[in-house]
Amino acid sequence: MSTTAEKKAGFGSVLWDYLTTVDHKKIAILYLVAGLFFFILGGLQAMLIRIQLIAPDNEFISAQFYNEVLTMHGTTMIFLAAMPLIFALMNAVLPLQIGARDVAFPFINSLGFWLFFFGGIFLNVSWFAGGAPDVGWTAYAPLSLFSESHGVDYYAIGLQITGFGTLMGGINFIVTVVNMRAPGMTYMRMPLFTWTSFIASVLILFAFPALTVGLFLLTFDRLFGGNFFDPEMGGNVIIWEHLFWIFGHPEVYILILPAFGVFSEIIPTFSKKRLFGYSSMVFATILIAFLGFMVWAHHMFTVGLGPIANSIFAVATMAIAVPTGIKIFNWLFTMWGGNIRLTSPMVFALGFVPTFTIGGMTGVMLASAAADFQYHDTYFVVAHFHYVIVGGTVLGIFAGIIYWWPKMFGTMLNEKLNHWFFWLFFIGFHLTFFFQHFLGLMGMPRRYWKFLPDQGLDLFNLISTIGAFGMAIGTIIFLINVVMTQMKGEKVSGDPWDARTLEWAIPSPPPFYNFKQEPLVRGLDALWVEKMQGNGKIQPAEPLGDIHMPNRSFVPFVISLGLFIAGFGVMYQGAMWILAAIGFGITAGAMLYRSVKDDIGYHVHKEELEEEEGDGSNG
Amino acid sequence: MAEDVLKSGNLPENPERATLEGRNKFMGFWFFLGGETVLFASLFGTYLALRNSTVDGPTGQEIFGLGLVFLMTVILLTSSLTSVYAMYHMKNNDFKKMQLWLGITVLLGFAFLGLEIYEFVHYVNDYGFGFTTSAFSTAFYSLVGFHGAHVAFGLVWIISLMIRNHKRGLNLYNAPKFYIASLYWHFIDVVWVFIFTVVYLMGKVG
Repeated sequence: MSTTAEKKAGFGSVLWDYLTTVDHKKIAILYLVAGLFFFILGGLQAMLIRIQLIAPDNEFISAQFYNEVLTMHGTTMIFLAAMPLIFALMNAVLPLQIGARDVAFPFINSLGFWLFFFGGIFLNVSWFAGGAPDVGWTAYAPLSLFSESHGVDYYAIGLQITGFGTLMGGINFIVTVVNMRAPGMTYMRMPLFTWTSFIASVLILFAFPALTVGLFLLTFDRLFGGNFFDPEMGGNVIIWEHLFWIFGHPEVYILILPAFGVFSEIIPTFSKKRLFGYSSMVFATILIAFLGFMVWAHHMFTVGLGPIANSIFAVATMAIAVPTGIKIFNWLFTMWGGNIRLTSPMVFALGFVPTFTIGGMTGVMLASAAADFQYHDTYFVVAHFHYVIVGGTVLGIFAGIIYWWPKMFGTMLNEKLNHWFFWLFFIGFHLTFFFQHFLGLMGMPRRYWKFLPDQGLDLFNLISTIGAFGMAIGTIIFLINVVMTQMKGEKVSGDPWDARTLEWAIPSPPPFYNFKQEPLVRGLDALWVEKMQGNGKIQPAEPLGDIHMPNRSFVPFVISLGLFIAGFGVMYQGAMWILAAIGFGITAGAMLYRSVKDDIGYHVHKEELEEEEGDGSNG
Repeated sequence: MAEDVLKSGNLPENPERATLEGRNKFMGFWFFLGGETVLFASLFGTYLALRNSTVDGPTGQEIFGLGLVFLMTVILLTSSLTSVYAMYHMKNNDFKKMQLWLGITVLLGFAFLGLEIYEFVHYVNDYGFGFTTSAFSTAFYSLVGFHGAHVAFGLVWIISLMIRNHKRGLNLYNAPKFYIASLYWHFIDVVWVFIFTVVYLMGKVG
């Protein structure tokens, strides 16, 4: 095996390998590690919040620190945990599912990761540089203008850098799906995870630029004396809210659609049935994405846009429940009469369906503009979005990580520990957030540092905190499982779940060129078709030939590092302008180098491929 | 094999889309321009919301001079046309003429940028209309400045492509690069048409 050489490699060469890799499978691992790191960080922040709220009038952390923690919890979880973990799954799986040897832009794929990574680090430097942002993850103006520390500047510049990376990742996956599908892989034969990732990428493309502009305006106002959000100078604070939510609402669909895709893979596999209503699933995905762009103002019902605008956005929001409901029923009908195996990914799926349905239901409640005046900025909203984001996205991410772990690493996570993880996390989750609905209805506002005793809020807050510990312990068990599994290093076959789609037709982990010969796809669930109608192996679509591969590159790291350095210069100004000059110089120089230096890749020759032993082929 | 894409001469009809890498770049860049459209749409929206928020500063009606802006428009539109000529010669595999027309495009681009800088300096010095004067001024400089920065980036891009490739001519590796640079240039031009209409014409008639 070619991996023997890698096993002997020292730490330095492995590090260099990952710093310069353009292989989508390794970039997936980078995203996974970085995403889990930030997930733990955001989780610790959540624990601080819950400990502070365990009892009335608690003095565990100061009010200022509480504001910073709650802001960073939201920002970290959305931008630095959920997004990269989704990108990890997309990178690991999407090219394999469509039978591609790589993504369309391997270099840009790597650049996207490093931009995200340096943006995330930049944001977190704020903890050590006078205080993190303290204005909520939405950073509403004018509050964001009055925040005195540099926290909000870290927020604006850090997210800007991260956002560039996400945008590039989105474009990369769109083009990969459009241009790189294997012969026979028509659009309506694509696995649903590929479909949802594709649509989520389209959402990224059209949503993130609004955030880019919003963050630029915020930066201009805070650092360069601009007047966008300053009413005294004629500015208008509502512009920020519009731009933020024009991005922010599609963002929640960017987070949830790939999770839908994960469950649409897991449920058929472990029900031993093809997905019920495949084409309606595709249609529902597209419809959700389309409607997702026309509902942003439901976050702004109390701003005073007027009854007409509120009604339109309320109706549009409720309309999204229809395609989402279609999906829920399709998953149920897929399981109906199926031969269900209760593996851990399937248990996650079973937990997801009712949880997400509750989240969707409270979503419809919130969509009633008149009623929203009551719910707005209470714990009811907090409970709602945690039901959809944790109950949907996070369960989906972990189900996906467990499901595709063998494909990514060639090992199998311990099933028993997975089940422990699920039940602790799941029960903890419902304890934490179910009762927050009632706290909200009782009038407890979100984001408050303290609540007062004897207002009927004590018990539910206590339960909520206990539940949070359940989630934390569950996550620790998952991490222990990861360490134990990798220490043991027991290898599994290419298709340990008896699954249906193309990625399971090749070894685990796949060779660096993925498919020795381009696969020929003969139907939906390509591998299952071959298992039922053929010899269980995917037929090749081409004779064995040379494979074109991209060169590794250190340039993405350098480009991102330059922006990271420049961010400090732009923020601190004065003598620090020199940093901006250096940073932008590094970035521009690296980009110029990339443009000027030919990079045409290399070929793996036919003879080398023939020498490779065993089941390296897909035919 | 891999080196074939660096050979010049005997190119197929659409060299920018003849390789998979080229097709990927071609399509990816169109999608990128889709994202850029949202970016400028957001800036336009912001500008439209703030265009009458002049506070004590000058209004658009007082400072905009249509003569200069019209000249800028003509120059930029012409540069778009010359970049079309360049792409026409690229498809005919005539590298020298392509470089020539790209050179003219770059010159026109510099002329545009120079006039824009003159315009901004004029506003600041003669009307006291700076970035921080009012919400209107901030929005104006942000929108038009973003466009100007795009023009500047495009100039650096095209020039570096021209210098890098002037010795070796056209091949399947650099044809997509030239092509998407010209796509970008068209996009800049389209955005300017909207700026001309929304900022200057609407600003003048109030």
